[in-house]
Amino acid sequence: MSSTTRTRAARPRGRRARLMMLGGIVGIASLLAAACGDDDAEEPAAAPETTQAPAPAEEAAPAEEPAPAEEAPAEEAAPAGPAAHCAAGQTDGDLTFYNWAEYIDDELLAAFEAETGINVDYTTYESNEEMLTKVESGAAIYDLVVPSDYMVDTMRREGLLLELNYDAIPNSANIDPAFTNPPFDPEHRYHVAYQWGTTGIGMTYEVLELLGGESTWAVLFDPDTAALVPGSISMLDDAPETVSAALKYLGYSIEDVINSRNEDAIQEAGDLLRATNERLLKYDSVTFGDDLVNGEVDVAHGWSGGFALSIDEADAYETHVYTIPAEGGVRWVDTMAIPHNADNVCSAHAMINFLTDAENGATLTNWTFYGSPNAAATPFIDSAILEDPGIYPPPEVDARLEFIPHAGDMALLIQDQLTNAKS
Amino acid sequence: MQPANRTSESTPASGEKAAAQAQRRQGMLLASPGALYLLIFFVAPLALISVYSFATRTSTGRTSLSGWNVESYRAIGDDVIVGIIGRSAWLATLTTALCLAVGYPFAYYLATRPRHVRAILLVLVMIPFWTNGLVRVFAIRFLLGSNGPASALSENLGFGTFRILFTPTAVTIGMVYSFLTFMVLPLYVSLERMDWSLTEAARDLYASGSKAFWKVTLPLTKSGIVAGSVLVFVPSFGSYVVPDILGGAKTLLIGSYIARQFRDARNYPLGAALSVLLIVAMLVAVALNQRSGSGAEGGDRPRRRRRGRARAEPEPAAVS
Repeated sequence: MSSTTRTRAARPRGRRARLMMLGGIVGIASLLAAACGDDDAEEPAAAPETTQAPAPAEEAAPAEEPAPAEEAPAEEAAPAGPAAHCAAGQTDGDLTFYNWAEYIDDELLAAFEAETGINVDYTTYESNEEMLTKVESGAAIYDLVVPSDYMVDTMRREGLLLELNYDAIPNSANIDPAFTNPPFDPEHRYHVAYQWGTTGIGMTYEVLELLGGESTWAVLFDPDTAALVPGSISMLDDAPETVSAALKYLGYSIEDVINSRNEDAIQEAGDLLRATNERLLKYDSVTFGDDLVNGEVDVAHGWSGGFALSIDEADAYETHVYTIPAEGGVRWVDTMAIPHNADNVCSAHAMINFLTDAENGATLTNWTFYGSPNAAATPFIDSAILEDPGIYPPPEVDARLEFIPHAGDMALLIQDQLTNAKS
Repeated sequence: MQPANRTSESTPASGEKAAAQAQRRQGMLLASPGALYLLIFFVAPLALISVYSFATRTSTGRTSLSGWNVESYRAIGDDVIVGIIGRSAWLATLTTALCLAVGYPFAYYLATRPRHVRAILLVLVMIPFWTNGLVRVFAIRFLLGSNGPASALSENLGFGTFRILFTPTAVTIGMVYSFLTFMVLPLYVSLERMDWSLTEAARDLYASGSKAFWKVTLPLTKSGIVAGSVLVFVPSFGSYVVPDILGGAKTLLIGSYIARQFRDARNYPLGAALSVLLIVAMLVAVALNQRSGSGAEGGDRPRRRRRGRARAEPEPAAVS
C-alpha cells in the first residue's frame, strides 16, 4: 500500500522537468497552436494588443456572463476585482483544474464534486513553462492552476493572475504563517500554498561517510572533494537550480544575489559550473533518482520528491539518502492560483478552500509524500512522512533553505551560465 | 474524363484544351486537402516563426510584437552560439559520413539479393520505424549503460566497466542508428534501379571489380548518395532527443539550444531566429541536392541513350 502511494508520490517535482524534450516540443506546439488560432485576427491590427494588454481584453469575456459577475462587485464595492463577490463555498460552474501530473488523490476530486455538485475538468502539465504558455496565450481557459514559487512571481507581474478573495477561502487560516509571506508574492494576494519540497543532493551512504557524515555542495564543486566519490556525479539540467547550487557553495545567499542584482556573483557561479561540467557524468532532471539507486551515479543533484520515489521503489533506504547540504539548499513551493481569464472564479475559490481544509490537506500529503504547508493538517498526516527528514527537514536545516527568487531581467543571464558551462 | 474524350472526337484542338482543363480542375480538387493542410500547419507556423524572429523579448520574458528588429539574428554571431552551431554541424557531418560508410555496403547487399529476399530484407529495414524513436533511443541508453549488456560483456571479458554512455561516442552511435534508414533507402532505390549490365560491360572490358565499382556503380548511384546524405544531414543537424538522452546534455547542440529558448529562457525571438536559420540552411541543402540530383539524372539519360545505341550497334556488327 505504501509502495503504491509512493509510486504516485513525489513525481511532480521529478517531472518538473521530466521529459524535457517533450516539454519543449509541447511548448512550441502549443505556442504555434495558440498563435495559429488567432492568426486571422492577429496579423493586421490586433498584434500589439495580444502582448501588451491581454488582461482587459480577456476579462471582458467573463463579464458577458449574466448576473453575478456584474452585480456583486458593484454592491460590495470590493477593490479586489472580480473575485470579491464569491462567498465561501459558492460555486459558479464546472471547474477547470490544471495541475502538475500525478499531484492529487483522485478521491479528493470526487469528494469535491460530491460536496459541491459541480464537475471538475482535471488536466495536467509537466512544467511551469508549459502551463504559462497556455495561460498566457489564452489557448485554453483554466479556472485553477498550480504554479511554483517563481512562476507565481512571473505570472502576477505579467497580470496573469487574479487577486484572491480570502473571504471565500476561510480555510486559508490553516496555512502555516511561514507560507503566507513569501518573497514571490509578498502581500500574499495571488496564491495559496499547495505542497512544498527542497532541492539538495542524493548520495550513497558510502559517500556520506567519506564526507565525514555531513553533506556539502563541495562534493559537486570542489575537485578534491569530488575526487572522493568512487562513482559518477550528475546535476539537474536546470539553469536556476544549478546556478543556485553554485551560489550556495560559494557562500552567497541566492535571494541577496538576485535581489541586489549581483551579476558578478552569478558570473562567478557560472565559471564554477563551467569548471564542474567536465567532472559530471551528465545533466539530468528526469531520472536522477533512478540513476542514483541503480548505481549509474553515486551523487546526484535533484529534487527531494524524485529521490523519495526512487529510494522507496528500489527499497534503497539502507544504502541511499537524500540530503540538504550544510551550506543550505533550495526550497520551493507549488501554489494554487487563479488565472486572470478564469471563467468560474467562485468554483476555483471553493476548490482552494476545499484543499486547504485540515483533513483534505493531509490527504493531499499522504498521497503525494510532499511537505504540507497546512499547519492544521499535521495531526492527520502519516507519522512516517512527518518523521522523514527528507520531507520535513529539522529546524536547523530548514533555516538554511532559500527560495530561488523571480530573476526578472536577469533570467537570461542565469540561463546563459548553464549554456556557457556546456560549451 | 469521358465528356472530354467526346469533345476531343468532334474538334480535336478545343477538346484537348477542355480535357487539359478538366484534368487541371480535377488535379486541384485532389490536391486541395493536402494544400490546405500544409497551408495551415506548415506555411502559417513558418510565417509565425519568421515574424517572431524579428520581435523583442521584454525583460520579463514576454515576446513583444512591436519594435521590430534584427537583434536576434545579430545575437547568432555570438561566440557561444557560433560554437554550438559549429559543433552541431560537425556532429551532423560525422553522422552522415558514418551512415554512408555503413549504409552503402548494406544497400548494395540489399539491391543484389533476389527479388523475394529483397522484399523481406526491406521490411526488416523498415520495422524499427514502426516503434517510437524515443523508445528506441532509451533502449540504446540501456544497452550502453553501465548496467547494460555491453558493460556486462566487457566486465566478463575482463575489460572492466564499460563507460561509453553520456560520451560523444554514445551520441554518434545513437545518431547513426537513428538516421541510418534515411541513408539506406535512397541508396537502395538508386542501386536497385541501376542497370547492372553496365558493370557487366565494364567487367567484360577487363575492369577489375573495384574499378568497375568506382568508375561505374558509384557515379551511377550519385543521386542516391546525395539524397541520402541530405536526408541524414538535415535532421541530424537539428537533432535534439539523441544528444540529450545519450550525451547526458553535457554538450549543447543547436536543437537543444533552440528548445531551451522556448522552454526555459522564454526567449522566443532568439529561438525563432535560430529556427529560421536552420530552415534556410535546410532549404539550401535541399536546393543543392535538387541541382546535383537533376544533374546526375541529366548525366544518366544521355548515358542511357548511348547505351541503347551501343547495344543496337554491336548487333548489326555481329551480323555483318
